[in-house]
Amino acid sequence: MPSCFRIRAWRVFRTPVHGRSFCIAFFALALLFVSALRGEAETSSADLYSALASHDYENMRKAVEKLAASDDPRAVPILSALQAGRLFADTDGELFIRNPDGSLEGAVSGQRIAGELGKNLREIRINNTIRRALEGALGRLRLFAPDPNVRAAAANAIFQTRDESALIPLERALARERVAKVRRAMQEAKAALLLFSPGTPPKTKLEAIALLRNRGDQEVAALLSELNGQPPEVMAAAKDAVVAIERQQQIWNFLQIIFYGFSLGSILLLAATGLAITFGVMGVINMAHGEMVMLGAYTTFVVQQATLRFAPEWLPASPILALPFAFLVTGLLGVLIERGLIRFLYGRPLETLLATWGLSLVLQQAVRTLFGASNREVMTPSWMSGAVPLGAMTITANRLTIIAFSVVVFGSLILLLRTTFFGLQMRAVTQNRAMAAAMGIRTPRVDALTFGLGSAVAGLAGVALSQIDNVSPNLGQNYIIDSFMVVVFGGVGNLWGTALGALTLGIVNKFLEPVAGAVLGKIVVLCLLIVFIQRRPRGLFPLKGRAAEA
Amino acid sequence: MNRAEFSVRTAALTVFAAALILVALNLALPTHSAIHVPAYIVTLAGKYLCYAILAVALDLIWGFVGVLSLGHAAFFALGGYAMGMYLMREIGTRGVYGNPILPDFMVFLNWTKLPWYWHGFDMFWFACLMVLAVPGLLALVFGYFAFRSRVSGVYLSIITQALTYALMLAFFRNDMGFGGNNGLTDFKDILGFSLHAERTRAALLLASAAFLSAELLLCRALVRSRFGKILIAIRDAEDRARFLGYRTETFKVAVFVLSAMMAAVGGALYVPQVGIINPSEFSPANSIEAVIWVAVGGRGTLSGAALGAVLVNFAKTYFTSALPDFWLYALGGLFILVTLFLPNGILGALAFHRRGKSAETAANPVRAKGSLV
Repeated sequence: MPSCFRIRAWRVFRTPVHGRSFCIAFFALALLFVSALRGEAETSSADLYSALASHDYENMRKAVEKLAASDDPRAVPILSALQAGRLFADTDGELFIRNPDGSLEGAVSGQRIAGELGKNLREIRINNTIRRALEGALGRLRLFAPDPNVRAAAANAIFQTRDESALIPLERALARERVAKVRRAMQEAKAALLLFSPGTPPKTKLEAIALLRNRGDQEVAALLSELNGQPPEVMAAAKDAVVAIERQQQIWNFLQIIFYGFSLGSILLLAATGLAITFGVMGVINMAHGEMVMLGAYTTFVVQQATLRFAPEWLPASPILALPFAFLVTGLLGVLIERGLIRFLYGRPLETLLATWGLSLVLQQAVRTLFGASNREVMTPSWMSGAVPLGAMTITANRLTIIAFSVVVFGSLILLLRTTFFGLQMRAVTQNRAMAAAMGIRTPRVDALTFGLGSAVAGLAGVALSQIDNVSPNLGQNYIIDSFMVVVFGGVGNLWGTALGALTLGIVNKFLEPVAGAVLGKIVVLCLLIVFIQRRPRGLFPLKGRAAEA
Repeated sequence: MNRAEFSVRTAALTVFAAALILVALNLALPTHSAIHVPAYIVTLAGKYLCYAILAVALDLIWGFVGVLSLGHAAFFALGGYAMGMYLMREIGTRGVYGNPILPDFMVFLNWTKLPWYWHGFDMFWFACLMVLAVPGLLALVFGYFAFRSRVSGVYLSIITQALTYALMLAFFRNDMGFGGNNGLTDFKDILGFSLHAERTRAALLLASAAFLSAELLLCRALVRSRFGKILIAIRDAEDRARFLGYRTETFKVAVFVLSAMMAAVGGALYVPQVGIINPSEFSPANSIEAVIWVAVGGRGTLSGAALGAVLVNFAKTYFTSALPDFWLYALGGLFILVTLFLPNGILGALAFHRRGKSAETAANPVRAKGSLV
């Protein structure tokens, strides 16, 4: 199989003559066809090139237009070079392109020329008229590019500039276009052109408006509001469409904010769940919780570096590989902390708070000593980067992944609490520690495991956060106060409360941000929370019964 | 309890005497003398005493009412800002831009008018009033709402932390009108005396020492009174105190406000000595550090809080210059070791040693009844 590839590649490189002659024949045919269509006298490419080198701007402009209509394969590189000021002519009128790396190539032949930029070369200068012509021309040429994304972009460019001369090439491109997405872009561009061309009958214009209305974004709204001097029924349809589009836009904006809110909320949920578990079961506030998140992120970094060194082909999967490691590292550390520190402080929640704060300082400094104080780069694999447009919203892949991830983590925790024996023990201890102990539950063991579980979930949150935030020793500190807010808001001992709290805080934050700015929004949220806790001092879902009063 | 009371008086006296000696050794002796105290030591001592003022204020509310405020540095910083505003106005035309009314940073931000809340701060008495009024009012409003709805324990700690965090974010904003990131600085003089003069610095140290002593004595009188007995009852069993007919939230609010005002005076004395106040003073970490001073010295002993503040900050000054990387380990370790092995702080341990029996001093809160929260 590989040898077959090799032969083919060899043929492409070694027998350029066949390929080129075929190309020339094809383009000659195409040229004939085009010129017949347009009913114009055929001008040879050579004439056009020399016209480009002439000092007459009007001639140059015409040459640009003709070159653009000619399907000449060298047209795109030459016109792009002209636009970028990289096209040169020597005294004979022969054209050269200077590549960005400084090397020269023959503009017509496309072959590299040894040597530096000689003195007898002059840069071909252009004025604004030509610059405009070039933009349009290149746009039209790109309609035929092999890459569908380039073709779609070219159609969009025509949509925006509404260059009427593009109508004919656009129709031609539309006729041969097979990719649905590009077709739609081209149809929209055509509709925009028709709408603004004076000769179009009103019926076609109404159809164009209907087509554009379906696209329904800000650009269409702007385009349609520019429309004037049209027959009344066209104007009415346009106005209608603008109103409809704007209403739609508002809905999309709203959805986009909800999405951002969900994204922030899912991060808060990941960070706060562990905190809520330990607080709920043990009544212990773990101030070092943020550092567990930070350690999870550093574990991701270490795993990624190890993958890079030992198994580079696994690199895209490194965040997933990091999950079990982060879970184990932070989980074991959590059990250790509980056994070594927290169990001596039961019944003294405020002292626990101080001791874990001290622990967080030590952990931060330890990481700073080990990894340095600066940010560590955690690469985002390609399957997690990029964005998917959904209607008028953009859904970024990493945020979507994190939302999905937090749902999975949350769901597993709920299952753990509901269906396993350990979960049963945890719930028993949360509700009434003394009674649970009397029933034979080994509460110290439950405490240790619970603390380990809470820390391990924080570690998982760290893996997720490493994909969207800077991995630095201070990572945890940025989230700890927000996580506390979630726990305070949601109440303890009820994971659904935590979830609702996290989502609410996330969404409220995102709605306030555009109104009040990020910092002020945060202040408002904090103040709202301080007011909220007046009404419900134990959160949204307080524990009820005797245990709650203890 | 007896021992603690006795030592409070001694401590108040010791503080003031030590400050007097320091000042005397600084001003009266020629600089080449072997026991001359350089000016920076005077300033440093003044700074420690301001921290001690904060610590004692915190001990009053934590040690005797059982309310762990993780936002007390916010009151300290607010007092500091009120004093800083006076010092800014006092600069007058000597600023970089020479504007007689507007402080430099406002000119820099192209402001043309003094914001309304800056009016009156050119008068010292008004600034002093604000040092007490603003933090007092904040504590009153916050405490009223928090204690009325019976927010307590860890929840209260976290809410106070959120309060100081929100204030920090707010003061970082330039359009708040408090100098944003850079805060207030470049002060020239106070009441016409140059802040760079040794005599002014000595006077500020004495003022800090005097206030600290007065604060210690006031708190001692307070906790020994009937009022103080009720506070301790609230700390140890709030429900029982309530069932006995006391409005526990009123007591809590009153002490919270008093404590906030005392902390604010500490801040107001702190700013002219260190020459700057910026929003990082509001950071939650500062408030928690203040808690560890109290814990190290001995919670509920008053004098222990002052001792802890001085000791921890002395260690901080030493380590941050000698072994900068080591300091956070040391501070973190201190938090852990003190809570594990010295639950009653240094004074509590000393008392235990002296009596040779269980250190059940006033500092020891009732071991919560297997509580969850």
